[in-house]
Amino acid sequence: MSAAELTLFLSVFLACAVEAVEALTIVLAVGITRGWSSALAGVGAAIAVLAVVVVALGPTLSELPIDVLRLAVGGLLLVFGLQWLRKAILRAAGLKAIHDETMAFARETEAAGRAGVGSQGFDGYAFTIAFKGVLLEGLEVAFIVLTFGANQHRIGLAVVAAGLAVTSVVVAGIAARAPLARVPENAMKFVVGVLITSFGLFWGTEGAGASWPAGETSLLVIVPTLALASLGMVWILRRQGERADAQPRGGPAMTESA
Amino acid sequence: MSLLSKALLAIWDFVVGDDWLTALGVVAALSLTALVATTSVPAWWLMPIAVLGLLGLSLWRAARSARVDRAR
Repeated sequence: MSAAELTLFLSVFLACAVEAVEALTIVLAVGITRGWSSALAGVGAAIAVLAVVVVALGPTLSELPIDVLRLAVGGLLLVFGLQWLRKAILRAAGLKAIHDETMAFARETEAAGRAGVGSQGFDGYAFTIAFKGVLLEGLEVAFIVLTFGANQHRIGLAVVAAGLAVTSVVVAGIAARAPLARVPENAMKFVVGVLITSFGLFWGTEGAGASWPAGETSLLVIVPTLALASLGMVWILRRQGERADAQPRGGPAMTESA
Repeated sequence: MSLLSKALLAIWDFVVGDDWLTALGVVAALSLTALVATTSVPAWWLMPIAVLGLLGLSLWRAARSARVDRAR
C-alpha cells in the first residue's frame, strides 16, 4: 500500500469510525428503549439508501476528468473540512460543548421513552429515529468515501476502510452493550478535520491549475502545518477565554473581545 | 416548500453549514488561484494562506459570538 493509499485509508477509517459511534448511540438508545426489530429495520433501510448513493455516484465521479474532479471535490472538501475543523477547534478551546456519547444516549433514551407507545409489531418511532440517525451520520461517511475514493480512483479501498470502521464500532458496541463513551471522539474529529481540510487544500489547488512544489510529497508538509496552526488557534482561543473569564462580567475586556 | 427546495437546502446545510462566508472565501481563493495559474507566477502558495486566513476569521467570529452569549 503506497503512502497516499495509506493516508486515504486512515482518513476514511477515522472519519467513518467517529460517525459510526454517533449513529450507534442513537440506535442503541432506541433499540433498548423501544425494541430492536423496528430499530434494526430503520438501520437496514438507511444502509440501503446509502449504498444506492455510493453505487450511483461513485462510477459517475470516477469518469470525470481529473482536473475537474480535483477542483470540484477539493473545493467541496475544503468547505466541508473547514466547517468540521472549526467546530473541533471551538470544542478544544471550550467554546462549544464537547460531544458526550453518555449524555447523547441519555437524551435519546428519554425522548424514546416519552414518545407514544408504538403499535404491536412495527414501531414507527423506532424505525424513523434509527433511519434518520444512520442516514444523517452515514451521508457524511458516503461523502468522504466518494470524494477521497474518486480522487485517487480507489473507491473500493475507501469502501473497505469505511466498512472496517463501522464493523469495528458495531462489534465494540455489541460487546459493551452501551454507547462508546470512552472513544476519544473529539480528538478524532480534530484529526479528521485536519485531514479533510489538508486533502481539500491539496486537490483544490491542483484542480485550479497550480502545481505543488513537491507534488504529492507536499502533503507531508501540509498536514502537520495545518495541525500545528489549528493547535495554535486552540491555544490562542483558550488564552483569550482565560483573560475574558478573569475580567468582571460586562467589564471592558469582555466587551472588547466580544 | 417543494421537495426540490428541501433537498437543495439540506445539501447546502450539509456542505456549507452555518458559515457561508467561509464557503464564499474558498470559491474566491480557488478562482484567484486559477487566474494566477494562467500567468508565469507560481500560484500554489495562495490557497494555504487563504485557508489559514479563512479558518482564523471563521473562528474569530464564532468565538466572539460564543463570548457574547456567555456574557449575557
